[in-house]
Amino acid sequence: MINKLKIFFVILIFLFSSGLKASEKKTPFIDTNWNFKGIFGKFDRGELRRGYQVYSEVCSGCHSISQLSYRNLYEKGGPEFSIENVKQIAASFDVLDGPNSDGEMFTRPGRLPDKFVDPYPNIESAIAANGGAYPPDMSVLAKARKDGPAYIYSLLQGYVEPPKGYELDEGVYYNKYMDGNQIKMPNVLFDDLVEYEDGTKATTEQMAKDVSNFLMWAAEPNLEERHKLGFRVILYLIILALLVYFSMNRLWSRIESKK
Amino acid sequence: MSEEKYIPKSKIGQWFDSRLPLLSLMHHLRDYPTPKNLNYWWTFGAILTFCLIAQIITGLVLAMHYVAHADLAFESVEHIMRNVNYGWLIRYFHANGSSMFFLAVYIHIFRALFYGSYKSPREMIWILGMLIYILMMATAFMGYVLPWGQMSFWAATVITNLFSAIPFIGESIVTWLWGGYSVDSPMLTRFYSLHYLLPFLIFALVILHIWALHIPGNNNPVGIDIKQPSKDTVPFSPYIAVKDLYALIIFLIITAGFVFFAPNILSHPDNYIKANPLVTPTHIVPEWYLLPFYAILRAVPSKLGGVIVMFASLFILMFLPWLDTSKVRSAVFKPLSKLFFWVLVIDVVILGYIGANPPEGLYLLIGRVATIYYFLHFILVLPVLGYKEKTIPLPISISDPVLGGQPNISTTRSREDIKEKQHD
Ligand code: HEC
Ligand code: HEM
Repeated sequence: MINKLKIFFVILIFLFSSGLKASEKKTPFIDTNWNFKGIFGKFDRGELRRGYQVYSEVCSGCHSISQLSYRNLYEKGGPEFSIENVKQIAASFDVLDGPNSDGEMFTRPGRLPDKFVDPYPNIESAIAANGGAYPPDMSVLAKARKDGPAYIYSLLQGYVEPPKGYELDEGVYYNKYMDGNQIKMPNVLFDDLVEYEDGTKATTEQMAKDVSNFLMWAAEPNLEERHKLGFRVILYLIILALLVYFSMNRLWSRIESKK
Repeated sequence: MSEEKYIPKSKIGQWFDSRLPLLSLMHHLRDYPTPKNLNYWWTFGAILTFCLIAQIITGLVLAMHYVAHADLAFESVEHIMRNVNYGWLIRYFHANGSSMFFLAVYIHIFRALFYGSYKSPREMIWILGMLIYILMMATAFMGYVLPWGQMSFWAATVITNLFSAIPFIGESIVTWLWGGYSVDSPMLTRFYSLHYLLPFLIFALVILHIWALHIPGNNNPVGIDIKQPSKDTVPFSPYIAVKDLYALIIFLIITAGFVFFAPNILSHPDNYIKANPLVTPTHIVPEWYLLPFYAILRAVPSKLGGVIVMFASLFILMFLPWLDTSKVRSAVFKPLSKLFFWVLVIDVVILGYIGANPPEGLYLLIGRVATIYYFLHFILVLPVLGYKEKTIPLPISISDPVLGGQPNISTTRSREDIKEKQHD
């Protein structure tokens, strides 16, 4: 009786679950290996530095990244530029400050603790300048999409000809990976668009990968520290668990033997 | 309790204890006689206590830096992640800690279901536990709203809107909850205030829960009554304490795995998008631990009906001690109950899966079947099983299964009501 019931339930579950298989199909993201993944995962400094270059030369025209400060660029676990280098980068931006003692706002060259300067004064102007779509802030963009870095990497390479007969509105582009395949961001990456300081060849694929790594770091600047600390914490806990386990066994052996 | 009265050794101790018996309490907690056959499913009470304290401590630190305002909340969380010393660790621990808290509480609850721990004389422990569980869900839901991401905002919108289903006064209640005509800062600040308060109420309930536990003492895997203290029990400290500690460390290793290596895997990517009242996410889903109830809510075609059925699915658990008519506690001795226990577990998992998917087509159908089954389990299966099921003979004392292996008929204790039902 019990066995029959068991079989009945198993069949029921099987029937139901097989009906659910036919769910939505999405284009899988382009595969590549990410240095920051895995227990010992770390960012590749070269990728981060090149990624910053792509961001600052290409993306920063439209996208803000307001949670990053210039100082983050030399801090440990990031691109780790030299302090002088970062001071120069910061100084190349005009930062709105004030009011001064006369009650006037003024601009001054950026300093290390300043946040990255936004390309637009406010969201409305960003939308107006981009055909009605807001270029999302990039501070946590890599965490705001499923499988973020792979998604960004693929999206940047996903501009293809739309299928025959596909209607596209003015100012909208076809992209394989975007939800609904329509995106208001134009294709921005072309081979040799930037000239890498370290001499790496700037293919579209290379730039896409570098900037995706950079954005992952921007979203998770403590990733390296987190992995390092995590490994030590877990190792410590495992050793502690073993110690406690053996003393527990010793303790309880008194009970078991006391018939 | 059948313990001897404790008298402190020192004069000062006696003076103190006769005015405030804290020392007696400590002594009681240390010597509290515990069945010696408890398995690891019994360690989750201690794990839960740890979880609650950990949530309160990490939450306290977060509260020092968090800003409860619709314009600033999202940024203040990022500020914690980036600029506060080990802020990322504290936030990830609090966020994943709540998931682990729920994982533990689900195991704890299903443990009680399996071993019949809710049955007489432990109904009070069970009811207090359910109150804790309901408060936990409220706390977690409000906590999820605080980062003010897209899912925070829209989950809050959907859930608060449920109150509009109440006839006549519904709309006014929603306005009152929101503190305005839309989900905005006023609601965020009151959620924050409540999110801070509720864990302390939970704490108080946990004290009552444990107090109520210490009246009859622990149930055990065999489910029979035992004399306390006796050869069937061990003092809580050190025996159970060390075992709980060991289980807690293993639990912490799993928690650390999430915190350090997959901190965002349990949450929704949309919550890293700042709340935007003008953009509705394609699928609004709560955190995983609320999914079964979300599925039940949406299984019912009418809004009001959904709300009622959802709350009923929680409150029916309160009546469990009286719905289950079996004289035998532990499912170990009830083969059919054991089977139906697992069916219920699977049913709840299915409900969770359905809750994560849009309520349409086959999903909706399965959700409805699973919802109906959920209720049938409590109002039909349990009462009928209690009367009809033939149970396996029970041992006289837990020393038998612990020390001698299989229970057998010659050691069965002769309580009339149990004997009647035995066969073989
Ligand atoms: C010409 C301005 C412009 C530039 C330059 C630009 N973007 Fe965009 N980007 C946009 C706009 C506008 C959107 C919003 C698109 C939409 O919502 O349809 C967008 C959206 C995105 C998205 C989000 C897509 C989604 O899932 O919603 C990503 C990722 C992105 N951009 C990455 C980049 C990267 C990386 C660069 C630099 C290599 C870059 N963008 C450069 C204008 C720009
Ligand atoms: C904040 C959450 C909770 C904490 C800290 C907590 C703590 C504890 C502790 C320390 C024990 C004793 C050890 C054990 O048996 O595991 C216990 C027992 C128990 N708990 Fe909870 N609990 C919580 C929530 C709940 C909930 C939500 C329920 C179910 C509705 C529940 C039901 C029970 C029952 C029935 C017992 C008695 C089991 C027995 O006799 O062995 N608890 N709890």
